[in-house]
Amino acid sequence: MRHGHRGGHRGRGPADVPVRSDGERTLVLPGEEIDVHGLQPGPGTYRVDGRTYASVLGLLSRRPPVVRVIPLSGRYIPKPKDVVVGTVTDVQTTFWLLDIGAPRWAPLHMTGTPWKIDVGETGNYLHVGDTVVVAIESLDPTGRIGVTMLGDDLGKVDGGTIITLSPAKVPRLIGRGGSMIQMLTQQTGCRIAVGQNGRIWVDGTPEGMVRVREALRLIEEEGQRSGLTERVAGYLGSSGGDQGDVGPGPMPGRPPFDPPNPIDDGDDSDDDAGPAPF
Amino acid sequence: MGSVGAKEVPVLLSPDGKRIDGRRLDELRPLKIVAGALHQADGSAFVEWGANKVMAAVYGPREVHPRHLQQNNKAIVQCKYNMAAFSVDERKRPGLDRRSQEISKVISEAFESVIFVEEYPRTSIDIYIEVLQANAGTRCAGVVAASVALADAGIPMVDLLPSVAVGKIGGAIALDLKKEEDNFGEADMPMALVPQSGRLVLLQMEGHMTAEELGRSLDLGVQGCRSIYEVMKQALRDRYQVGGGAAQEVGA
Repeated sequence: MRHGHRGGHRGRGPADVPVRSDGERTLVLPGEEIDVHGLQPGPGTYRVDGRTYASVLGLLSRRPPVVRVIPLSGRYIPKPKDVVVGTVTDVQTTFWLLDIGAPRWAPLHMTGTPWKIDVGETGNYLHVGDTVVVAIESLDPTGRIGVTMLGDDLGKVDGGTIITLSPAKVPRLIGRGGSMIQMLTQQTGCRIAVGQNGRIWVDGTPEGMVRVREALRLIEEEGQRSGLTERVAGYLGSSGGDQGDVGPGPMPGRPPFDPPNPIDDGDDSDDDAGPAPF
Repeated sequence: MGSVGAKEVPVLLSPDGKRIDGRRLDELRPLKIVAGALHQADGSAFVEWGANKVMAAVYGPREVHPRHLQQNNKAIVQCKYNMAAFSVDERKRPGLDRRSQEISKVISEAFESVIFVEEYPRTSIDIYIEVLQANAGTRCAGVVAASVALADAGIPMVDLLPSVAVGKIGGAIALDLKKEEDNFGEADMPMALVPQSGRLVLLQMEGHMTAEELGRSLDLGVQGCRSIYEVMKQALRDRYQVGGGAAQEVGA
């Protein structure tokens, strides 16, 4: 079973959903045989006795020279240079461990920060529970993930809230050329940091944050359907109109309000904005 | 469990070959699967199979706790099978017992052989199976629920793992025993099949059968697993199908 050549599962698919020549997207399930048409089996597939099967649930993508399955669910699989939002889970003498929603915790070494830190003083800079925006720096075959805080728009964030989205839906949130996220920031006046791991940090007025949360829920639920940008725009437009007297309305740029946020309390980062199942 | 006294044994098989609930010998109980029934887990499923109700949740791959359990070349698969106190007629004492420990172990090992564990070294894939209502064949229902939950969690594996029990009642080989048939029958044999390769990765037996009956039981079980496999695949398609009809209604 394990002998056949098999692609790894590192790296998620591109933002674009694969489209078959007839325009239909094919869902495959683990164990389903794939017709490779002479292409090489790629991530999300395995080979036994010359036949190729899907190993994960996802959409089939035939992009010569490989056939791959783009997962529709599952944990965040890190890619180099991804920007992610993480939570500090442990403080050691020279590094912190971050939960970035990946299979493993990621160490952030003190040399990967903008601060001058002596050994043993890491605890003075970041504490367990702090939220940081970091970039994936290195990955090794054993699954170890190295992250860094050195870079544009990276660092510790204060205040705000974290909303989680399925990592597979992050490309939808960003939109083509950043169109979706740009619209969201402009229409709600919130500051938003999007992690490729599906953790979205949002800060702004309580009303703005509620609207971002709703828009994210829309993306989570309808991310696979076409015309999403229009529907989110429609939602933001209509709710913006409803609360036009309090909301910032559609204005360019980021209004400089940063009040400490009352609704932030008790809103833990695991909240996926979905209703409780029971 | 409860009271299996030496009371009158029910007639498990009528002269015309019908069972106590009217099924034929090779007929399954009605099976309904919902994929992604829980929000907080990475993957989940709810299975109603006859009078069985089983919930499964999958987390991971994630950090292993306690640390010493982690394997530096592969993920470990940890399954916890648990029966709710209210799942049986007489209150079941909650918590681990010898039976649930054994079932947890065999299910963990079954899944470890189909999951590509070497993809995620030093991590753990945790499967929680909660039996809410039991009516024989709960480990099979648990395996079915767990494997749909694993696919829902995006975990790479060889195949889904359909599972069913075959037994001997009133001298005949029967598929998918219900409680009375399990309690008063002559044998019970749960199994789990990898449809892609035709391998069995879980096979246990209780009671007595001849070698010839064992062979027929295996054939019947494999055939049952193949029908269950179709229901499992449909449950996942219903949840993930894109551009399909049903999911079009949501939204403003």
